[in-house]
Amino acid sequence: MNRIVEKEFFSENVVKLVVEAPLIAKARKPGNFVILRVSEKGERIPLTIAAADEQKGTITLIAQKVGVSTEKLAKMEVGDKLIDLVGPLGKATEIHKVGTILACGGGVGVAPLLPIVEGFKKAGNRVISVLAARSKDLIILEDEIRKWSDEVIIMTDDGSYGRKGLVTQGAEEIIQREKIDECIAIGPAIMMKFTALLTKKYEIPTQASLNSMMVDGTGMCGACRVTVGGKTKFTCVDGPEFDAHQIDFDEMLMRLGGYRKEEQVAFEQYCKIN
Amino acid sequence: MTTLTEYLKEKRGEEWREDLRKKLKGKERTDIPRVHMPEQEPLERVKYQNMEVNLGLTEEQALVEASRCMDCVNPTCIDGCPVQINIPEFIKNIERKEFALAAQSLKLTSALPAVCGRVCPQEKQCEELCFYTTKLKKDPVAIGYLERFAADWERESGKMSVPECAPSNGIKIAAIGSGPASLSFAGDMAKLGYDVTVFEALHEIGGVLKYGIPEFRLPNSIVDVELDNLRSMGVKFVNNFIVGRTASFDDLKAEGFEGFFVASGAGLPRFMNIPGENYNGVMSSNEYLTRVNLMGAASDEYDTLVMRGKNVAVIGGGNTAMDSVRTAKRLGAERAMIVYRRSRIEMPARVEEVKHAEEEGVEFMNLANPVEYFADETGRVNKMRLQYMELGEPDESGRRRPVAIEGSEKDIDVDLVVVAVGVSPNPLIPSCLPDLKVSRWGTIEVGDNMQSSIPVLFAGGDIVRGGATVILAMGDGRNAAKSMHEYLSEEKK
Ligand SMILES: Cc1cc2nc3c(=O)[nH]c(=O)nc-3n(C[C@H](O)[C@H](O)[C@H](O)COP(=O)(O)OP(=O)(O)OC[C@H]3O[C@@H](n4cnc5c(N)ncnc54)[C@H](O)[C@@H]3O)c2cc1C
Ligand SMILES: Cc1cc2nc3c(=O)[nH]c(=O)nc-3n(C[C@H](O)[C@H](O)[C@H](O)COP(=O)(O)OP(=O)(O)OC[C@H]3O[C@@H](n4cnc5c(N)ncnc54)[C@H](O)[C@@H]3O)c2cc1C
Ligand code: SF4
Ligand code: SF4
Ligand code: FES
Repeated sequence: MNRIVEKEFFSENVVKLVVEAPLIAKARKPGNFVILRVSEKGERIPLTIAAADEQKGTITLIAQKVGVSTEKLAKMEVGDKLIDLVGPLGKATEIHKVGTILACGGGVGVAPLLPIVEGFKKAGNRVISVLAARSKDLIILEDEIRKWSDEVIIMTDDGSYGRKGLVTQGAEEIIQREKIDECIAIGPAIMMKFTALLTKKYEIPTQASLNSMMVDGTGMCGACRVTVGGKTKFTCVDGPEFDAHQIDFDEMLMRLGGYRKEEQVAFEQYCKIN
Repeated sequence: MTTLTEYLKEKRGEEWREDLRKKLKGKERTDIPRVHMPEQEPLERVKYQNMEVNLGLTEEQALVEASRCMDCVNPTCIDGCPVQINIPEFIKNIERKEFALAAQSLKLTSALPAVCGRVCPQEKQCEELCFYTTKLKKDPVAIGYLERFAADWERESGKMSVPECAPSNGIKIAAIGSGPASLSFAGDMAKLGYDVTVFEALHEIGGVLKYGIPEFRLPNSIVDVELDNLRSMGVKFVNNFIVGRTASFDDLKAEGFEGFFVASGAGLPRFMNIPGENYNGVMSSNEYLTRVNLMGAASDEYDTLVMRGKNVAVIGGGNTAMDSVRTAKRLGAERAMIVYRRSRIEMPARVEEVKHAEEEGVEFMNLANPVEYFADETGRVNKMRLQYMELGEPDESGRRRPVAIEGSEKDIDVDLVVVAVGVSPNPLIPSCLPDLKVSRWGTIEVGDNMQSSIPVLFAGGDIVRGGATVILAMGDGRNAAKSMHEYLSEEKK
């Protein structure tokens, strides 16, 4: 179980893994995620299920190398097994026909966005996607997103691909051009924060999928707590998607940095040894 | 059918017990002082997360302690034990050096004696009702220590008896969760010939015994032996499997499962909802203990990290709070404090844990309650504001209610706060079974036979009781096994 059957690097730091997990492939819905451990002494890390193939019994994960665990994950090869994999976790995205959807994805956030875009398109919506990254080689899954979108706009910080600018610039043009019924934003917390501020200005209902710190993923520890509408919520069981206009992004950004010092030390140690 | 009283009387009447009673005069027995449990030195043990504090009685100590027990005509101690272990029977077997028989006697009613001997709140259960406590006003017989002695002896002798199992009846049963309730349920069902699979959401089997209670109180190896024992009885364990998510009840039914025992525990941590509680460095005891006990965060070899603090405050007065504060001490805290809103005597923790914590240098701030946390510019907690309390009128629990003293606030420097103010039932299973009756506290409602509103579904442990104890969870598991067997046998007729 949990054998890696396919591996592909999208860029130096972003890797796609297809993993055997028949039960999860069958039970998952767009918006769900898994928690995995790479090895016996590894930590539990959450990753979104980017795609699943029920027939083959596999799920697709897309991970960006940011620290020790994702680094180790990216080193695993086809045929290797993940020691632990549990899911599907989190609430599924509420997918329904609303009209026109604006889907904003930043960096590796495009991975969790993909099954949602697919879902909304299949439900009969018009889907406009805005993909953004620092530079050309960090734009991932463009073809897959195109397959399920009526229109795709690419934004890069440095202008090396698509148009130069931030995700919010691309999004605002669309909003001014036509009526958007709902928006979904997934990416770095800071990107979601500004997307939420933008859509709030235009009063467009917006969902954001949060990537908080997690331990168990089953509502047992509270590590993943965020403040939404003034109330504490657990991202792993109450989310990961919430009404973006109600999320306290500043608190979330602060909480994401909680282990930064320790993580850096661990990462430097890891790099020294390897 | 013989009643329990008749059975006890019959066992007590056996010749060897009569002979043993004659060996010493009552006065000689009651003059012996209660044994002291040998312990690791506090200064030494606080250096290690995994060093067990209690070392266990030596054989000599156990023999002397066992001889204190009067083998009472009316053994009131048994009334204090939730699973009614035949206490004088096992203790007298220790006295006559039949340690294997003592262990067997324990196993007739308790599935995990080595565990309960270590973690039962004995002073509020069996030992509270011992003749020594009630009539002589002396220290009770050390029932818990002796229980641990017999169970450890059996394990270390390598002669663990694998209980006999009835021939397989091929009926598939699912137990959900792998804490003490499920483990004892699985053992009893396997004995009856059922094909039992235990499903666990986490990557380790054992529930709170593994992820909550630290190794300095309950070594993992003790739990692992019990798990191996169950495996050898044919019980299957599946980790990383969340019933209701990885597969639904209907999926399991389609797989051929005919009976379900839900023992998913009380996994949901409570917070106090006070300002600043979401700052970095404020976390639930579940997170703190899971990182350290399940994920090995105390050791550099593991990837998981845990925040460490110089000044650590743990909020609460239960076992979880004691485990957290002692863990903080072991992770290098200079000041490790318990903040509890009632007084010392009301603390629900086991008396021994409070004593051990105190020996290890834990500070107790009783009659105090945090009302707000403050943080530095990075969002890391750096202060807590305490409000002091006094005890007022008793509340429904019979304990005197703490009342805030106006204007008594005081700020204290902290860089880590662990909130251990209780847990709520895990809502996952009830949320995916609309027909399941739950109370307004979210616990699953069951009858005396542990059967829920869905006939094939039984439940026990913390998901039924809210936060309770290992022994009660275990008793539920046994009770549920008995009832489910009766129910399924009836259905199959
Ligand atoms: C529900 C959910 C779904 C997710 N889906 C994906 C996914 O599909 N693909 C993917 O690449 N990542 C995803 N993440 C984020 C991923 O879990 C983290 O990047 C990973 O746990 C980091 O582990 P590490 O040991 O490699 O790095 P760490 O050593 O833990 O962290 C290294 C650095 O990354 C930062 N960091 C840590 N965690 C996060 C985080 N959650 N978000 C942003 N920065 C973080 C830290 O502040 C630190 O500076 C998801 C997170 C959640 C909660
Ligand atoms: C830190 C701490 C210290 C304690 N100290 C003591 C003590 O000294 N003495 C004492 O008597 N009691 C103590 N207790 C209480 C005692 O541990 C519990 O009462 C007991 O463990 C409850 O057992 P249980 O079988 O109901 O569930 P748990 O031990 O809670 O196990 C439940 C398991 O079910 C799993 N689960 C939940 N949902 C699902 C699902 N849908 N599918 C699959 N698996 C699932 C969980 O992951 C968990 O592992 C302590 C508790 C804690 C937290
Ligand atoms: S199981 Fe607990 S209550 Fe019962 S005899 Fe043993 S220590 Fe006492
Ligand atoms: S009440 Fe005390 S002395 Fe009497 S049988 Fe029980 S343990 Fe022994
Ligand atoms: S990750 Fe532990 S409660 Fe959400």
